[in-house]
Amino acid sequence: MSTDATQRAAQGAALAPNGYVGFARRYWLWLAGIAAALLVPWLFFDWGTHRHSGFVLTMLSEIGLMSVFALSFNMQMGQAGLLSFGHAILFGLGGYVTAHTLNAIKAGSMWLPTELVPLAGGVGGLIFGAAFGYVATKQRATAFAMITMGLGELVAACALMFMGFFGGEGGISTDRVIDTSLFGIPYSSSWQVYCLVVAWTAIAAILMRLQTQTPLGRMANACRDNFERAQFVGYDPRMVRFYQFALSGFFAGIGGALYVLVYEIVTFDTVAAAKSATALLATYIGGAGTFFGPVLGTIVVVLLQSGVSLLSNAWLLYVGVLFIIMVMYAPGGMMGIVAQHAPIARIGRLGELVVPYVRLLAPGLLAVLGFVLLVELASFITIGAAQGKDFKIGRVVIDPHAALPWVAAAAALLGAGLWLRLESRLFRIRWDALIADAKAKGAML
Amino acid sequence: MSVAPEAAISLRGVHKSFGRTQIIRGVDLDIPRGQRHALIGPNGAGKTTLFNLISGRFAVTSGTIALNGRPIDGLAPHEINRLGLSRSFQITSIFPRLTVFENVRCGLLWARGYRYSFWHLLGGQRALNEEAERLIERLNLQGRRNVPAGLLSYAEQRALEIGITVAGGADVILLDEPTAGMSHSETEYAVALIRQVSEGKTLLMVEHDMSVVFGLADVITVLVYGEVIASDAPTRIRSNKAVQEAYLGSEAA
Repeated sequence: MSTDATQRAAQGAALAPNGYVGFARRYWLWLAGIAAALLVPWLFFDWGTHRHSGFVLTMLSEIGLMSVFALSFNMQMGQAGLLSFGHAILFGLGGYVTAHTLNAIKAGSMWLPTELVPLAGGVGGLIFGAAFGYVATKQRATAFAMITMGLGELVAACALMFMGFFGGEGGISTDRVIDTSLFGIPYSSSWQVYCLVVAWTAIAAILMRLQTQTPLGRMANACRDNFERAQFVGYDPRMVRFYQFALSGFFAGIGGALYVLVYEIVTFDTVAAAKSATALLATYIGGAGTFFGPVLGTIVVVLLQSGVSLLSNAWLLYVGVLFIIMVMYAPGGMMGIVAQHAPIARIGRLGELVVPYVRLLAPGLLAVLGFVLLVELASFITIGAAQGKDFKIGRVVIDPHAALPWVAAAAALLGAGLWLRLESRLFRIRWDALIADAKAKGAML
Repeated sequence: MSVAPEAAISLRGVHKSFGRTQIIRGVDLDIPRGQRHALIGPNGAGKTTLFNLISGRFAVTSGTIALNGRPIDGLAPHEINRLGLSRSFQITSIFPRLTVFENVRCGLLWARGYRYSFWHLLGGQRALNEEAERLIERLNLQGRRNVPAGLLSYAEQRALEIGITVAGGADVILLDEPTAGMSHSETEYAVALIRQVSEGKTLLMVEHDMSVVFGLADVITVLVYGEVIASDAPTRIRSNKAVQEAYLGSEAA
């Protein structure tokens, strides 16, 4: 799969699309993504009141802006092999710059069309990216990770110390209705802002995608793979890291700007470690090795964050467990799992995996159920009780202090775990046979 | 401490110590432009260390190294590379997750002036891409063009590494045991490849396979315990007493 992509990228001009059909065939994933982004809100449109669902629009906006953030994180992580623990500082500082820009426009001390306000965040991210990148990219690997962690703590501390720029704990509030739109759009409704977010998410994603096909983007890959070899073809790996870091700051800043346009406030948690961790989680869950992995991971994380957090106090725990499971069993992330199926698809035997997968599904679901039940029981003893809520599944109220639910949950988890082991062994045998066949037929690439 | 202006590589009084251990103990060497020069010697003689000094991977303890008459000791590897010196490694050093094509193209980028550009799209750089394709054909890897380099066979990886090394058109090429670990037929192929790509260039290679050395080199330098004991044409090296002793010590005694 990824080989196809590189091949296509490499042959670029030679494979010029012929007309609309060729264009659609080449960029179907992009077109489908943009179409889905613009259509999905209408599924939740309330035709009675003629209003969009605010919850859905906010969630989708969050997916968009966090995708930009995660993709920019992956410019360092996946592309350049630089694991940053402080990436949110570029996102958050881009947000602060945007908030101040909006306030300045509102006050009449500067002029910028609303549609171009994200660029202010981008430039902010670029400047801070260059400054912090200058320090961090002196090193690579573990030392780089440590420096970024230190920078993250530094900026988070500054955010509470320098009231003028950061606004302390209250953050900086702003108003996106600044009446400078090029198209006369007031941006007073969530839908209007959402369209702006979709447009900028698409622009930023396309630019980041194109960046992977530039000399700098390729040499970032090269330095990730073998920095010494890169030196002996004339490149200074440190400068490759620096430019890549600064550019990634530009896009992180755009993400932060979109955040400010959506929420009209930027607070200290946009630069905090938890925000950095979100990008890392999304990238790993989706897969750092492919371009779209971070987007997929962001969708999963935001859905868990927005959707599951309505139902459960423990959503972050589920994200954490998912992260651990992915890192342990699928280091290539969800996109990696998809890519592993490519050789089997190429020999046309993908259908033979349907039954084994269905057989994995039953114990898998049961194990998830048992685990969720255990977590929720524990959470209802503590947080739930404090909030004065009852643990209800449908209409049935479950008493977290009784023994039965605990025993049932533990038994389900344990039993399903053993069952899953058995099934996965059978699955493995079938899988290995198919892979062996793919190898024999030379379909491994 | 004069430096011969016609020499591509010129070493004067080069010393290298790691801690108290002296590895290179005063090497003087001139390699004229266009010469194919082999560096041989028993294990631990310091051949690879000398390579690392010339290519800037290590700093010299004392002495000077000049490339085309210009002192290069103290420069970083990428700076030395930009002055026209390129090297391969004893342990294969390629970009394993990039395709063969991307590997070769990465070898070309700096030399063709792309620097750290993030505004050129590589797909549209026709001259660059065609050059990479031609080099892949010379390496006989056109059938493996889109394969990640990490999945190539050992011999293919070695050929690719030679390709990356010569891609940028450096006029001084250092090859560190290019045929190590190859079968007889693979070695023959590698020798033909080296002969072809080093045409009109200065070549310095470390090599253990004597048939390769005597087949390729115009001049052979013998390094023993960090010192040059002989530097001469292959036929005269063969009959050199000191060399025979160093190599066949126990048998000659």
